[in-house]
Amino acid sequence: MEETSPPSATTPDDEPRPPRRRVMGYLVAVLVTAAVTFGVTALLISIFTRKQEQRTAFVRLVEVDESSTDPQVWGTNWPREYDGYTRTVDVTNTRYGGSEAMPAQKLDRDPWLKRMFSGYAFSIDYRDRRGHAYMLSDQEQTERVTKRPQPGACLHCHAAIAPTWRRLGAAALGQQVSLTDFQWPAVMKGFELMSAMKYADAHAELLKTPDGSKEGPKAHPVSCVDCHDPGTMELRVTRPGFVRGIQALAASDAEVPHLPSIQRWRQGTRTKPYDPNADATRQEMRSFACGQCHVEYYCGPKETLFFPWDNGLKVEQIEKTYDAHKFPDGTPFYDWVHGETGAHVYKAQHPEFETWSQGVHARSGVACADCHMPYVREGAMKVSDHWVRSPLLMVNRSCQVCHSFPEAELAARVRGIQDRTHALIGRASAALVDMLDGIRAAKAAGATSQQLDGLFKLQRQAQWRLDFVSSENSMGFHAAQETARVVAESIDYARQAQAAAVTLRASAAPPATAPSEPVEGVTPAGSAPPAPYKGLTQPEPDTTGK
Amino acid sequence: MRLSRRSKFARAALVLVVLVGILAGLGSFTFLYGEGFSYFSKEPRACMNCHIMRPQFDSWQKSAHHTAATCVDCHLPHDFVGKYLAKADNGYRHSWAFTFQDFHEPIQITPRNARILQHNCVACHGDLVHAILPSETTANDAMSCVHCHADVGHGPRSGLGR
Repeated sequence: MEETSPPSATTPDDEPRPPRRRVMGYLVAVLVTAAVTFGVTALLISIFTRKQEQRTAFVRLVEVDESSTDPQVWGTNWPREYDGYTRTVDVTNTRYGGSEAMPAQKLDRDPWLKRMFSGYAFSIDYRDRRGHAYMLSDQEQTERVTKRPQPGACLHCHAAIAPTWRRLGAAALGQQVSLTDFQWPAVMKGFELMSAMKYADAHAELLKTPDGSKEGPKAHPVSCVDCHDPGTMELRVTRPGFVRGIQALAASDAEVPHLPSIQRWRQGTRTKPYDPNADATRQEMRSFACGQCHVEYYCGPKETLFFPWDNGLKVEQIEKTYDAHKFPDGTPFYDWVHGETGAHVYKAQHPEFETWSQGVHARSGVACADCHMPYVREGAMKVSDHWVRSPLLMVNRSCQVCHSFPEAELAARVRGIQDRTHALIGRASAALVDMLDGIRAAKAAGATSQQLDGLFKLQRQAQWRLDFVSSENSMGFHAAQETARVVAESIDYARQAQAAAVTLRASAAPPATAPSEPVEGVTPAGSAPPAPYKGLTQPEPDTTGK
Repeated sequence: MRLSRRSKFARAALVLVVLVGILAGLGSFTFLYGEGFSYFSKEPRACMNCHIMRPQFDSWQKSAHHTAATCVDCHLPHDFVGKYLAKADNGYRHSWAFTFQDFHEPIQITPRNARILQHNCVACHGDLVHAILPSETTANDAMSCVHCHADVGHGPRSGLGR
């Protein structure tokens, strides 16, 4: 720009000096032209950048294969997804869920939990969950694992374990370990072998499996390869527990209107078992990937880990499965013997997938990832947010995509559901504590074992339902009305047990002699108005066969 | 040879003219590269030139209206002046928002555009629905057609990640 400056005013010349304003005019014109050109060029480069972003989804700079459990290696190719994944170390908090450095003891906040879990390892250490990045180290440190013997099956969901299953299974079956094929038979075999190991031994096997990095094997929490095919990046499921569970669910006649591929499989020839990796829709896979771990399961030590979905996903359907289940040694299934009453009871884990399945979002085709991993825009690119967390922390991207209401309104609606669920759980826990006191008193008063069996059954039903809801990580949101139904049943069973326990100790009541007033204002039979009103007072019998 | 003041000015003016020419060339190229002429058309693909509207484009293709109406049929006034005023208004806001990456996620329709949309629903379907329409269909407190018929223009919402 310098050479375009007007000539110096001090240059001697014959002609009249140009007015200073004219010089300034040129100067301003040049500067304006320069500024606009600058802006247009910047715009051009911006358009170019966006067009390139749209064109290049990713560049495969390094190879990843079935052995690459180290997410950092994948991060070279997919930096945006990896950035999100690594952010799961961050602290996030919502009203009913937290993840501080050492999360709060749920046991101190809710003392009734100690009584419900009496005699079970959860009564020594039970904390709020943290982000995905902590899943392995939190498990290594919890007193439930350090103070009580636990099986290798626990690693099913806490480590990037499939390559270790494959290595051990292939060795047992005499196969070569493949880097491109998932090798389901070997993985299944390795899963059986590792689940039966002690936790420490299984953990040591993890450290012997190459993780795809140059630094040498390390154990990783669940990482990229657990949900993505390393060749195609397609979503997939890799957990034997889920594959067997969803097969059992497909083979059952439980209603699954939210899983269209299972309905289609049921209408087919059924020559091959349902295979989520082949049969499920992409939208279903966006829930199945999460449903590999965020579920109810039995994890040992008496039997290999399994998902109890043989009769369906509802709380009473799972209970029915457990009621009918026998351990391999032939004894009836139970999780633990209650420390206060001696009842054989069930432990609910974290049935998010099952609860979501009963809710309106599942029925509307909304997947886990739609709310917990919503799309985030980076320039012209749209990537699924791999910082998996509560939708309440990103209401706009999670909820407003479908619901056109202000963020505060949407958050308030969720809050309403959660507050109501929390209040119901408070009532149910009070009922539970009263029930335990009642059963202990009946026992002390010399109730027979036959009488106690009835009480124990009620205790198991009440406790199972309350645990199912309180250990689920949405405080009722995943299926509001279903959750309320389950808590209502829990309260009912607990109060039934309490009343029965008291009745056992009470003497028989004298016959009731007080007069009982008849209901007034009822239209006498025969004086009812003619049709069509008759249909209202006497409904047609239900002939739909339900 | 020393230049006279006048010819020095002529040279300066020439420089300025060249600069303006560069700007014109660069501007024209940017306009073409940014597919500027497409914005005068009613081609739906023009609406996703800037990538933001891709989910809206995709979902429109899965909607009941994709054989009956394109983007501009619903989202722009049908008269010439109104259409180009709305194009100018939206074009200015959209290019600003996208260039500076400064907009609410997910994108939301503005009140002005919502009125245009409601007006266009009635423009086509008025004969059918006049009996249930309030006297003023674009009043702020009037229920809009898409409040209930949310899927007619953009198909089912789940899984799109709009």
